[in-house]
Amino acid sequence: MLGALIIVFREIIEAGLIVGIVLAVTRGVKGSRWMAAAGVCAGLLGAGLVAAFAGAITSALAGVGQEVMNASILMLAVCMLAWHNIWMASHGRELAAQARKLGEDVRSGARTLTALGIVIAVAVMREGSEVALFLYGLVVSTATTGSDLLVGAALGLVAGGAVAALTYFGLVAIPQRRLFQVTGWLITLVAAGLASQAVSFLQQAGLVKALDQTAWDTSTILSDTSLFGRVLRTLIGYSDQPSVLQVVVYAVTLALIVTASKLAAPKFVKAGAPARA
Amino acid sequence: MKNNVIAGRAFVAALFAVSGALTSPAHADDSVSIELTLKGHAFTPAEPTAPAGKPLTITLTNMDPTPAEFESKKLKFEKIVPAGGKITVNVRPLETGRYKFDDDYREDTTVGYVVVQ
Repeated sequence: MLGALIIVFREIIEAGLIVGIVLAVTRGVKGSRWMAAAGVCAGLLGAGLVAAFAGAITSALAGVGQEVMNASILMLAVCMLAWHNIWMASHGRELAAQARKLGEDVRSGARTLTALGIVIAVAVMREGSEVALFLYGLVVSTATTGSDLLVGAALGLVAGGAVAALTYFGLVAIPQRRLFQVTGWLITLVAAGLASQAVSFLQQAGLVKALDQTAWDTSTILSDTSLFGRVLRTLIGYSDQPSVLQVVVYAVTLALIVTASKLAAPKFVKAGAPARA
Repeated sequence: MKNNVIAGRAFVAALFAVSGALTSPAHADDSVSIELTLKGHAFTPAEPTAPAGKPLTITLTNMDPTPAEFESKKLKFEKIVPAGGKITVNVRPLETGRYKFDDDYREDTTVGYVVVQ
Protein backbone atom coordinates (compact mmCIF):
# COMPACT_ATOMS: atom_id res chain seq x y z
CA MET A 1 0.00 0.00 0.00
CA LEU A 2 2.79 2.38 0.94
CA GLY A 3 4.51 1.74 -2.40
CA ALA A 4 1.39 2.68 -4.38
CA LEU A 5 0.83 5.73 -2.18
CA ILE A 6 4.38 6.94 -2.77
CA ILE A 7 4.31 6.37 -6.52
CA VAL A 8 0.97 8.12 -7.02
CA PHE A 9 1.91 10.95 -4.68
CA ARG A 10 5.25 11.66 -6.28
CA GLU A 11 3.71 11.66 -9.77
CA ILE A 12 1.14 14.28 -8.81
CA ILE A 13 3.25 16.60 -6.65
CA GLU A 14 3.97 18.78 -9.67
CA ALA A 15 0.31 19.03 -10.63
CA GLY A 16 -0.61 19.76 -7.00
CA LEU A 17 1.91 22.60 -6.75
CA ILE A 18 0.81 24.16 -10.03
CA VAL A 19 -2.89 23.98 -9.15
CA GLY A 20 -2.10 25.62 -5.78
CA ILE A 21 -0.12 28.43 -7.42
CA VAL A 22 -2.80 29.14 -10.04
CA LEU A 23 -5.55 29.19 -7.39
CA ALA A 24 -3.52 31.70 -5.36
CA VAL A 25 -2.81 33.89 -8.39
CA THR A 26 -6.48 34.01 -9.38
CA ARG A 27 -7.97 34.25 -5.90
CA GLY A 28 -11.01 36.48 -5.92
CA VAL A 29 -11.26 36.57 -9.71
CA LYS A 30 -14.79 35.88 -10.84
CA GLY A 31 -15.03 32.43 -12.36
CA SER A 32 -11.53 31.38 -11.31
CA ARG A 33 -12.76 28.38 -9.33
CA TRP A 34 -14.74 27.17 -12.32
CA MET A 35 -11.73 27.67 -14.51
CA ALA A 36 -9.56 25.63 -12.14
CA ALA A 37 -12.17 22.88 -11.93
CA ALA A 38 -12.55 22.85 -15.73
CA GLY A 39 -8.76 22.70 -16.06
CA VAL A 40 -8.55 19.72 -13.71
CA CYS A 41 -11.42 17.93 -15.51
CA ALA A 42 -9.93 18.57 -18.95
CA GLY A 43 -6.59 17.37 -17.60
CA LEU A 44 -8.10 14.16 -16.21
CA LEU A 45 -9.92 13.53 -19.48
CA GLY A 46 -6.70 14.16 -21.39
CA ALA A 47 -4.78 11.86 -19.01
CA GLY A 48 -7.31 9.10 -19.61
CA LEU A 49 -7.04 9.53 -23.37
CA VAL A 50 -3.24 9.61 -23.29
CA ALA A 51 -3.19 6.45 -21.16
CA ALA A 52 -5.77 4.70 -23.35
CA PHE A 53 -3.91 5.54 -26.54
CA ALA A 54 -0.42 5.13 -25.09
CA GLY A 55 0.38 2.52 -27.73
CA ALA A 56 -0.67 4.70 -30.66
CA ILE A 57 1.09 7.78 -29.25
CA THR A 58 4.28 5.79 -28.65
CA SER A 59 4.52 4.54 -32.21
CA ALA A 60 3.45 7.88 -33.75
CA LEU A 61 5.99 10.09 -35.57
CA ALA A 62 8.45 7.26 -36.15
CA GLY A 63 8.53 6.34 -32.48
CA VAL A 64 9.04 9.77 -30.94
CA GLY A 65 5.34 10.59 -30.48
CA GLN A 66 5.57 10.59 -26.69
CA GLU A 67 8.52 12.95 -26.62
CA VAL A 68 7.07 15.37 -29.18
CA MET A 69 3.70 15.38 -27.39
CA ASN A 70 5.32 16.00 -23.99
CA ALA A 71 7.60 18.73 -25.35
CA SER A 72 4.67 20.40 -27.17
CA ILE A 73 2.29 20.52 -24.23
CA LEU A 74 5.10 21.71 -21.95
CA MET A 75 5.88 24.54 -24.36
CA LEU A 76 2.17 25.36 -24.53
CA ALA A 77 2.19 25.72 -20.74
CA VAL A 78 5.34 27.87 -20.93
CA CYS A 79 3.65 30.22 -23.45
CA MET A 80 0.48 30.45 -21.33
CA LEU A 81 2.48 31.28 -18.19
CA ALA A 82 4.58 33.83 -20.08
CA TRP A 83 1.47 35.44 -21.53
CA HIS A 84 -0.11 35.65 -18.09
CA ASN A 85 2.96 37.35 -16.64
CA ILE A 86 3.27 39.80 -19.53
CA TRP A 87 -0.42 40.65 -19.30
CA MET A 88 -0.19 41.15 -15.56
CA ALA A 89 2.83 43.42 -16.04
CA SER A 90 0.99 45.59 -18.52
CA HIS A 91 -2.29 45.80 -16.62
CA GLY A 92 -1.78 44.83 -13.00
CA ARG A 93 0.33 47.82 -12.07
CA GLU A 94 -1.87 50.23 -13.96
CA LEU A 95 -4.99 48.98 -12.21
CA ALA A 96 -3.23 49.02 -8.87
CA ALA A 97 -2.30 52.64 -9.44
CA GLN A 98 -5.88 53.62 -10.22
CA ALA A 99 -7.38 51.90 -7.27
CA ARG A 100 -5.35 50.15 -4.65
CA LYS A 101 -8.13 47.83 -3.85
CA LEU A 102 -7.91 44.11 -3.57
CA GLY A 103 -10.84 43.59 -5.90
CA GLU A 104 -9.43 45.64 -8.76
CA ASP A 105 -6.03 44.15 -8.29
CA VAL A 106 -7.05 40.55 -8.64
CA ARG A 107 -9.69 41.16 -11.27
CA SER A 108 -6.89 42.14 -13.59
CA GLY A 109 -6.06 38.47 -13.78
CA ALA A 110 -9.43 37.61 -15.30
CA ARG A 111 -8.28 37.96 -18.91
CA THR A 112 -5.70 35.27 -18.56
CA LEU A 113 -7.96 32.81 -16.75
CA THR A 114 -8.17 30.59 -19.81
CA ALA A 115 -4.40 30.55 -20.12
CA LEU A 116 -4.05 29.47 -16.51
CA GLY A 117 -6.81 26.89 -16.96
CA ILE A 118 -4.78 25.40 -19.79
CA VAL A 119 -1.71 25.34 -17.54
CA ILE A 120 -3.65 23.34 -14.92
CA ALA A 121 -4.99 20.98 -17.59
CA VAL A 122 -1.48 20.36 -18.93
CA ALA A 123 -0.05 19.68 -15.46
CA VAL A 124 -2.87 17.28 -14.54
CA MET A 125 -2.74 15.56 -17.92
CA ARG A 126 1.00 14.91 -17.88
CA GLU A 127 1.15 13.48 -14.38
CA GLY A 128 -2.32 11.94 -14.53
CA SER A 129 -1.58 9.78 -17.55
CA GLU A 130 1.37 8.18 -15.74
CA VAL A 131 -0.77 7.55 -12.66
CA ALA A 132 -3.52 6.09 -14.86
CA LEU A 133 -1.08 3.68 -16.51
CA PHE A 134 0.38 2.71 -13.15
CA LEU A 135 -3.09 2.01 -11.75
CA TYR A 136 -4.02 0.12 -14.92
CA GLY A 137 -0.96 -2.04 -14.32
CA LEU A 138 -2.17 -2.71 -10.80
CA VAL A 139 -5.64 -3.67 -11.96
CA VAL A 140 -4.31 -5.97 -14.69
CA SER A 141 -2.14 -7.82 -12.22
CA THR A 142 -4.80 -8.08 -9.51
CA ALA A 143 -3.89 -11.74 -9.08
CA THR A 144 -0.73 -10.71 -7.31
CA THR A 145 -1.76 -7.36 -5.81
CA GLY A 146 -4.40 -6.71 -3.18
CA SER A 147 -7.00 -4.00 -3.06
CA ASP A 148 -4.89 -2.24 -0.44
CA LEU A 149 -2.73 -1.09 -3.35
CA LEU A 150 -5.72 0.81 -4.71
CA VAL A 151 -6.32 2.23 -1.25
CA GLY A 152 -2.71 3.36 -1.24
CA ALA A 153 -3.18 4.97 -4.65
CA ALA A 154 -6.31 6.78 -3.42
CA LEU A 155 -4.38 8.06 -0.39
CA GLY A 156 -1.67 9.24 -2.77
CA LEU A 157 -4.26 11.27 -4.68
CA VAL A 158 -5.50 12.79 -1.41
CA ALA A 159 -1.91 13.68 -0.48
CA GLY A 160 -1.53 15.38 -3.88
CA GLY A 161 -4.64 17.44 -3.13
CA ALA A 162 -3.08 18.37 0.20
CA VAL A 163 -0.01 19.70 -1.63
CA ALA A 164 -2.28 21.93 -3.72
CA ALA A 165 -4.02 23.17 -0.56
CA LEU A 166 -0.73 23.80 1.29
CA THR A 167 0.69 25.72 -1.68
CA TYR A 168 -2.46 27.82 -1.95
CA PHE A 169 -2.69 28.69 1.73
CA GLY A 170 1.05 29.29 1.93
CA LEU A 171 0.85 31.80 -0.92
CA VAL A 172 -2.32 33.61 0.11
CA ALA A 173 -0.79 34.15 3.56
CA ILE A 174 1.62 36.55 1.82
CA PRO A 175 0.42 40.18 2.15
CA GLN A 176 -1.62 41.21 -0.91
CA ARG A 177 0.81 43.90 -2.08
CA ARG A 178 3.63 41.37 -2.17
CA LEU A 179 1.63 38.41 -3.48
CA PHE A 180 1.76 39.33 -7.18
CA GLN A 181 5.45 40.10 -6.98
CA VAL A 182 6.07 36.66 -5.48
CA THR A 183 3.73 34.77 -7.82
CA GLY A 184 5.08 36.72 -10.80
CA TRP A 185 8.58 35.45 -10.09
CA LEU A 186 7.30 32.00 -9.19
CA ILE A 187 5.43 31.70 -12.49
CA THR A 188 8.51 32.90 -14.41
CA LEU A 189 10.70 30.28 -12.71
CA VAL A 190 8.08 27.54 -13.21
CA ALA A 191 7.87 28.45 -16.90
CA ALA A 192 11.66 28.38 -17.31
CA GLY A 193 11.78 24.98 -15.60
CA LEU A 194 9.05 23.57 -17.87
CA ALA A 195 10.90 24.88 -20.94
CA SER A 196 14.04 23.07 -19.84
CA GLN A 197 12.01 19.87 -19.29
CA ALA A 198 10.58 20.22 -22.80
CA VAL A 199 14.13 20.40 -24.16
CA SER A 200 15.11 17.21 -22.34
CA PHE A 201 12.29 15.39 -24.18
CA LEU A 202 13.51 16.70 -27.55
CA GLN A 203 17.04 15.57 -26.65
CA GLN A 204 15.75 12.15 -25.61
CA ALA A 205 13.94 11.84 -28.95
CA GLY A 206 17.19 12.66 -30.75
CA LEU A 207 15.51 15.65 -32.43
CA VAL A 208 17.96 18.03 -30.78
CA LYS A 209 21.59 17.02 -30.55
CA ALA A 210 23.33 20.24 -29.55
CA LEU A 211 24.87 20.82 -26.11
CA ASP A 212 23.91 17.41 -24.72
CA GLN A 213 26.77 17.27 -22.15
CA THR A 214 25.80 17.16 -18.49
CA ALA A 215 26.21 20.66 -17.06
CA TRP A 216 26.54 19.52 -13.43
CA ASP A 217 25.76 16.55 -11.23
CA THR A 218 24.34 17.40 -7.83
CA SER A 219 22.43 14.13 -7.47
CA THR A 220 24.45 13.16 -4.40
CA ILE A 221 23.63 16.47 -2.70
CA LEU A 222 19.96 16.75 -3.66
CA SER A 223 18.35 14.22 -5.99
CA ASP A 224 15.56 15.72 -8.07
CA THR A 225 13.58 12.53 -7.54
CA SER A 226 13.51 13.04 -3.76
CA LEU A 227 10.46 14.73 -2.27
CA PHE A 228 12.18 18.08 -1.72
CA GLY A 229 13.98 17.75 -5.06
CA ARG A 230 10.68 17.26 -6.86
CA VAL A 231 9.16 20.30 -5.20
CA LEU A 232 12.17 22.40 -6.23
CA ARG A 233 12.03 20.91 -9.73
CA THR A 234 8.52 22.25 -10.18
CA LEU A 235 8.95 25.58 -8.39
CA ILE A 236 12.32 26.71 -9.75
CA GLY A 237 13.08 24.07 -12.40
CA TYR A 238 15.79 22.35 -10.34
CA SER A 239 17.50 19.43 -12.08
CA ASP A 240 20.35 17.42 -10.59
CA GLN A 241 21.87 16.43 -13.95
CA PRO A 242 20.74 18.92 -16.59
CA SER A 243 22.25 19.05 -20.05
CA VAL A 244 24.04 22.26 -21.04
CA LEU A 245 21.21 23.00 -23.48
CA GLN A 246 18.63 22.69 -20.68
CA VAL A 247 20.53 25.29 -18.67
CA VAL A 248 20.76 27.59 -21.70
CA VAL A 249 17.04 27.28 -22.48
CA TYR A 250 16.19 27.87 -18.82
CA ALA A 251 18.21 31.09 -18.79
CA VAL A 252 16.87 32.26 -22.16
CA THR A 253 13.23 31.64 -21.15
CA LEU A 254 13.79 33.47 -17.88
CA ALA A 255 15.38 36.44 -19.66
CA LEU A 256 12.67 36.54 -22.35
CA ILE A 257 9.77 36.59 -19.89
CA VAL A 258 11.42 39.20 -17.64
CA THR A 259 12.32 41.42 -20.62
CA ALA A 260 8.92 41.07 -22.28
CA SER A 261 7.18 41.92 -18.99
CA LYS A 262 9.40 44.99 -18.57
CA LEU A 263 8.61 46.13 -22.14
CA ALA A 264 4.91 45.57 -21.59
CA ALA A 265 4.79 47.48 -18.31
CA PRO A 266 3.05 50.85 -18.72
CA LYS A 267 5.15 53.99 -18.24
CA PHE A 268 4.12 56.46 -15.57
CA VAL A 269 4.12 60.23 -16.22
CA LYS A 270 4.31 61.01 -12.53
CA ALA A 271 4.02 59.00 -9.39
CA GLY A 272 0.62 57.39 -9.06
CA ALA A 273 -0.82 58.58 -12.40
CA PRO A 274 -0.98 56.10 -15.26
CA ALA A 275 0.20 57.60 -18.57
CA ARG A 276 -1.79 55.49 -21.00
CA ALA A 277 -3.26 52.08 -21.32
CA MET B 1 -1.96 47.36 -24.57
CA LYS B 2 0.12 47.88 -27.71
CA ASN B 3 3.32 47.28 -25.78
CA ASN B 4 1.75 44.14 -24.43
CA VAL B 5 0.98 42.76 -27.87
CA ILE B 6 4.42 43.65 -29.23
CA ALA B 7 6.15 42.10 -26.24
CA GLY B 8 4.02 38.96 -26.61
CA ARG B 9 4.80 38.64 -30.31
CA ALA B 10 8.50 39.23 -29.70
CA PHE B 11 8.45 36.50 -27.06
CA VAL B 12 6.80 33.94 -29.34
CA ALA B 13 9.03 34.89 -32.29
CA ALA B 14 12.13 34.48 -30.13
CA LEU B 15 10.95 31.07 -28.92
CA PHE B 16 10.50 29.86 -32.48
CA ALA B 17 13.85 31.30 -33.52
CA VAL B 18 15.62 29.48 -30.69
CA SER B 19 13.82 26.17 -31.25
CA GLY B 20 14.35 26.38 -35.00
CA ALA B 21 18.05 27.03 -34.63
CA LEU B 22 18.53 24.07 -32.31
CA THR B 23 16.43 21.49 -34.11
CA SER B 24 18.38 19.36 -36.53
CA PRO B 25 17.27 16.20 -38.34
CA ALA B 26 17.99 13.06 -36.36
CA HIS B 27 21.01 11.17 -37.59
CA ALA B 28 21.22 7.84 -35.83
CA ASP B 29 23.59 6.32 -38.38
CA ASP B 30 26.69 6.19 -36.21
CA SER B 31 24.87 5.02 -33.09
CA VAL B 32 25.23 1.64 -31.37
CA SER B 33 22.03 -0.36 -30.91
CA ILE B 34 21.09 -2.11 -27.67
CA GLU B 35 18.09 -4.44 -27.62
CA LEU B 36 16.36 -5.07 -24.30
CA THR B 37 13.26 -7.00 -23.34
CA LEU B 38 11.13 -6.69 -20.23
CA LYS B 39 9.47 -9.89 -19.07
CA GLY B 40 8.24 -10.88 -15.64
CA HIS B 41 9.30 -7.36 -14.57
CA ALA B 42 12.96 -8.13 -15.30
CA PHE B 43 15.24 -6.69 -17.99
CA THR B 44 17.10 -9.01 -20.38
CA PRO B 45 19.99 -8.49 -20.65
CA ALA B 46 20.13 -6.83 -17.25
CA GLU B 47 23.63 -5.46 -17.88
CA PRO B 48 24.14 -4.74 -21.58
CA THR B 49 27.57 -3.47 -22.58
CA ALA B 50 28.30 -0.55 -24.89
CA PRO B 51 31.41 1.18 -26.25
CA ALA B 52 32.41 4.55 -24.82
CA GLY B 53 32.13 7.70 -26.88
CA LYS B 54 29.36 6.56 -29.20
CA PRO B 55 25.70 7.53 -29.16
CA LEU B 56 23.39 4.66 -28.21
CA THR B 57 19.97 3.65 -29.45
CA ILE B 58 18.22 1.52 -26.85
CA THR B 59 15.17 -0.47 -27.91
CA LEU B 60 12.98 -2.00 -25.22
CA THR B 61 10.26 -4.56 -25.93
CA ASN B 62 7.73 -5.00 -23.14
CA MET B 63 6.52 -8.62 -23.05
CA ASP B 64 4.50 -8.05 -19.86
CA PRO B 65 0.74 -7.40 -19.78
CA THR B 66 1.38 -4.24 -17.72
CA PRO B 67 2.72 -0.86 -18.86
CA ALA B 68 6.14 0.24 -17.62
CA GLU B 69 7.98 3.55 -17.48
CA PHE B 70 11.49 3.05 -18.84
CA GLU B 71 13.60 5.60 -17.03
CA SER B 72 17.20 6.50 -16.35
CA LYS B 73 18.38 9.62 -14.59
CA LYS B 74 21.99 9.16 -15.70
CA LEU B 75 21.12 8.36 -19.31
CA LYS B 76 18.43 11.06 -19.33
CA PHE B 77 15.32 9.37 -20.60
CA GLU B 78 11.85 8.57 -19.31
CA LYS B 79 9.36 6.90 -21.59
CA ILE B 80 6.16 4.93 -21.18
CA VAL B 81 6.27 1.42 -22.62
CA PRO B 82 2.73 0.14 -23.20
CA ALA B 83 1.91 -3.48 -22.41
CA GLY B 84 3.31 -5.51 -25.31
CA GLY B 85 4.80 -2.32 -26.77
CA LYS B 86 8.21 -1.46 -28.13
CA ILE B 87 10.03 1.84 -27.66
CA THR B 88 13.34 3.40 -28.62
CA VAL B 89 15.36 6.02 -26.77
CA ASN B 90 18.47 7.87 -27.88
CA VAL B 91 21.41 8.28 -25.54
CA ARG B 92 24.30 10.71 -25.95
CA PRO B 93 27.92 9.39 -26.17
CA LEU B 94 29.03 8.20 -22.74
CA GLU B 95 32.23 7.85 -20.75
CA THR B 96 33.12 4.46 -19.24
CA GLY B 97 31.02 3.49 -16.25
CA ARG B 98 27.82 1.83 -15.09
CA TYR B 99 24.59 3.65 -15.84
CA LYS B 100 21.46 2.54 -14.02
CA PHE B 101 18.04 2.27 -15.66
CA ASP B 102 14.75 1.00 -14.26
CA ASP B 103 11.00 0.64 -14.60
CA ASP B 104 9.94 3.70 -12.65
CA TYR B 105 6.80 1.91 -11.50
CA ARG B 106 8.98 -0.76 -9.85
CA GLU B 107 12.19 1.17 -9.36
CA ASP B 108 13.47 -0.97 -6.47
CA THR B 109 13.17 -4.35 -8.16
CA THR B 110 13.12 -3.86 -11.93
CA VAL B 111 16.56 -2.41 -12.63
CA GLY B 112 19.45 -2.84 -15.02
CA TYR B 113 22.76 -1.19 -15.94
CA VAL B 114 24.35 -0.13 -19.19
CA VAL B 115 28.01 -1.01 -18.78
CA VAL B 116 30.10 1.34 -20.91
CA GLN B 117 33.65 0.13 -21.64
